Amino acid sequence: MASSFLNIVNATLDWVTATLDAPSSRAIVFGVPIGGHLFVEVLLFLVIVFLLSQKSYKPPKRPLTEKEIDELCEEWVPESLIPPITEEMQYEPPVLESAAGPHAIINGKEVVNFAAANYLGLIGHEKLLESCTSALEKYGVGSCGPRGFYGTIDVHLDCEARIAKFLGTPDSIVYSYGLSTMFSAIPAFCKKGDIIVVDEGVHWGIQNGLYLSRSTIVYFKHNDMESLRNTLEKITVKNQRAKKLRRYIVVEAVYQNSGQIAPLDEIVKLKEKYRFRVVLDESNSFGVLGKAGRGLTEFCGVPVEKIDIITAAMGHALATEGGFCTGSARVTDHQRLSSSGYVFSASLPPYLASGAITAIDVLEENPDLITKLKKNIAVLWKGLSGILGLSLASNPESPIVFLRLEKSTGSVKSDLQLLEDISDRLLKEYSIFVVTSKRSTLDKCRLPVGIRLFVSAAHLESDLLKASESLKRVAELVLKDHI
Amino acid sequence: MITIPYLTALSTYFSYGLLFAFGQLRDFFRKIIDWWQSGDLQGYAPICLGLEDFYIRRLYNRIQDCFGRPISSAPDAWFDVVERYSNDNNKTLKRTTKISRCLNLGSYNYLGFAASDEYCTPRAIESLKKFSPSTCSSRVDGGTTTLHKELEECVANFVGKPDAMVTGMGYVTNSAILPVLIGKGGLIISDSLNHNSIVNGARGSGATVRVFQHNTPSHLEKVLREQISEGQPRTHRPWKKIIIIVEGIYSMEGELCQLPEIVAICKKYKAYVYLDEAHSIGAVGKTGRGVCELLGVDTADVDIMMGTFTKSFGSCGGYIAGSKEVIQYLKYTCPAHLYATSVSPPAAQQIISAIKVILGEDGTSRGAQKLARIRENSNFFRSELQKMGFEVLGDNDSPVMPIMLYNPAKIPAFSRECLKQNVAVVTVAFPATPLLLARARICISASHTKEDLLRALEVISRVGDLVGIKYFPAEPSKQETNAIKLE
Ligand SMILES: Cc1ncc(COP(=O)(O)O)c(C=O)c1O
Repeated sequence: MASSFLNIVNATLDWVTATLDAPSSRAIVFGVPIGGHLFVEVLLFLVIVFLLSQKSYKPPKRPLTEKEIDELCEEWVPESLIPPITEEMQYEPPVLESAAGPHAIINGKEVVNFAAANYLGLIGHEKLLESCTSALEKYGVGSCGPRGFYGTIDVHLDCEARIAKFLGTPDSIVYSYGLSTMFSAIPAFCKKGDIIVVDEGVHWGIQNGLYLSRSTIVYFKHNDMESLRNTLEKITVKNQRAKKLRRYIVVEAVYQNSGQIAPLDEIVKLKEKYRFRVVLDESNSFGVLGKAGRGLTEFCGVPVEKIDIITAAMGHALATEGGFCTGSARVTDHQRLSSSGYVFSASLPPYLASGAITAIDVLEENPDLITKLKKNIAVLWKGLSGILGLSLASNPESPIVFLRLEKSTGSVKSDLQLLEDISDRLLKEYSIFVVTSKRSTLDKCRLPVGIRLFVSAAHLESDLLKASESLKRVAELVLKDHI
Repeated sequence: MITIPYLTALSTYFSYGLLFAFGQLRDFFRKIIDWWQSGDLQGYAPICLGLEDFYIRRLYNRIQDCFGRPISSAPDAWFDVVERYSNDNNKTLKRTTKISRCLNLGSYNYLGFAASDEYCTPRAIESLKKFSPSTCSSRVDGGTTTLHKELEECVANFVGKPDAMVTGMGYVTNSAILPVLIGKGGLIISDSLNHNSIVNGARGSGATVRVFQHNTPSHLEKVLREQISEGQPRTHRPWKKIIIIVEGIYSMEGELCQLPEIVAICKKYKAYVYLDEAHSIGAVGKTGRGVCELLGVDTADVDIMMGTFTKSFGSCGGYIAGSKEVIQYLKYTCPAHLYATSVSPPAAQQIISAIKVILGEDGTSRGAQKLARIRENSNFFRSELQKMGFEVLGDNDSPVMPIMLYNPAKIPAFSRECLKQNVAVVTVAFPATPLLLARARICISASHTKEDLLRALEVISRVGDLVGIKYFPAEPSKQETNAIKLE
């Protein structure tokens, strides 16, 4: 049965081939002999094209009726706007009744303040107050407009010039808030498709900037140069197209989340080898590191031109608010129209810009502030050595002294609980105000939490000794079951 | 809705086409020269890319003297504009020491708190001396002072919500709080002309974002019905929650939000309302409490109220007001609260004092007068502009009034001519508006006197004739403009 069917098919095929071959076997069109099989193939091709051009079968769509939509809308139950409030959410921070200087008043009691990143002790500085007051009298408080629309006050331009002059860069651009500096500057230069290699320990401002840029993000191990090298190697070797993309390395000079210092000299070597650009956040190193306080570039002996984009918040060492970004003229000019936090927000209150200028003046005139700060850090380190249950995890030069649990309990929440116990008791019993690292649920940083002490040049030696003594005592008490 | 005249659209397209063509031509020559000199940045892709960079170099730079004009005084009703010059065809501008005293129609100084104020300034200076300009710390760490506590109570009380949280910048308020409130599986339905900070916040949240036609409640309803019935894309799971984001006054349109209708729709469909009152808080409403008061919406129906202090209050920072629980949750996890330095204490004091003045708690009626003045000033100015035949956008009572320019060449012409006659106006072009819809924008302040306004109208009318932007030529030219009495 089957064979007879096959025979018939074969016979038919033979016949078709023969009939097709016969008249056209010697036909030659444009030098191509038209054989029978070619004819069949063309036919087949046409059939395929025809079929492809047809709509594929879809079940007929029956749109929902109005009534059904009404019902669906009726049935839909949204989640509540926020999750239920738990006990840990009810945290109330201590309220200061004075300026946040090295000695502040909380609940009517004077405490030693290690919570403010007032590295140079400029809070309450005579000259700073003077310049802010006169600017406030002259310009009022707010600028009432974004930079583009009459929100540019002459002090903003002076401030930009002053920062650039201090750092030795061609120009700089002032933002109205420290946090917005990074998350606006990064998307101004990084777009979809660009590659960003970034340290896993960067703070939220940078994380948000990376997310908003929609670039390809590759993380490397926290402050680990070997990991950075491998990552860069992998990206450039694996991906030939990477050469045509913009590539960036994003690091913090002093990591807010760990107190580590990035080895900039090595990063620059790697950057030049693999041809990446470097974006450096100097929020906690500007005014702190280096002989004159010019930050990590000076500290590591790297010429500032080698770093393509430098950003920093002015709410730390300079004791005002806002932030700045500096780099080549191209880099700063581009941001003036492309950086969302700069274009679409009111400019920095002029008195704060004026304060920043004065703060840099003060810093330049008193390089001993930096020496003093360095000394204070060393004193605190010495005092804290041998502390039980906690270990010093920051760089010995970093103004953020970071203590983390020697043995984690296994969960961030209970770790934080322990650390908060320590800080609470320190404040209540010893009048030492220190803070733990708090993490937003949005924060992707997974570094261990700890206690942070922001050292200031204005701390007295007795403050530091008292702090380290009490910290040791409290840590021993709180962590005694835990060691 | 803006309907652009056919001929104007054509000429605008033509102008941009011309600018584009010349720009490309110049870029072509530049490329040849660059190739000749061969750059030293081999192996790096250019740091500034494509069309954006082209726009800045070839279009924006030609007229950049109209933007970012530095001033050297407080942005009061009159201010000092610093003159600039350029030696390289406007590529860079240099400041001179010369200034010209101009009438300020550009700053968001709605209530006139930008300049020194007899009540606010001494208090701000006192706080400056007591608390220093900064706390150098975030709110959860060591950045909460008694002033901040007082400020939050004061703001919650003012806007009519149980609790409030204050951050140091309005932009950050939006962009850091939206991701806390909503995430994957949520839906944000945003007005098509919402501010960039909202757009960024929505994008940063990871939620799905849909847009509804600017200020059109019926379209919002349509989008809502469609989205609720279809659920999430692909999986068709129901949305976790839906947040509708609108602004009180749209800063580039001058329009008031159709809040009552929108709130009713949101109630019906169980969506949350997020209202950004950056431009309306303090500026409108009988006691300055914003659009809710003006349009008679109960603040209890608006779930999240956001606003900034950079406008009416003449300070800096932003707030979020809501139920006690919402604020508590935000304070627990919002990055702006956890990681950013707290509001500068003198700025906080300025806000507190300004609110006290507005509410008459300073013991005078200055606040009430200011509010009455801004309303009269705005309505007067708007109606006069319309009578002159300008195409003015926006609603009555709103202190923001855009005047349509359209053609790119009219942007610098209008701005420069006004400045020559000592009236400083803001012109807005791409990227703040769509490319075709360039406009000038006037912000009226309570500190403008009647003479100021009349003078401004006279200048604008003259320049308007010169530049040809009276798109709705009016009846016979109004001689009585000068005679109109301000109540
Ligand atoms: C609607 C809206 N939201 C937020 C902002 C940002 O506020 P700020 O200038 O305080 O950053 C603005 C400012 O222009 C705005 O118009």
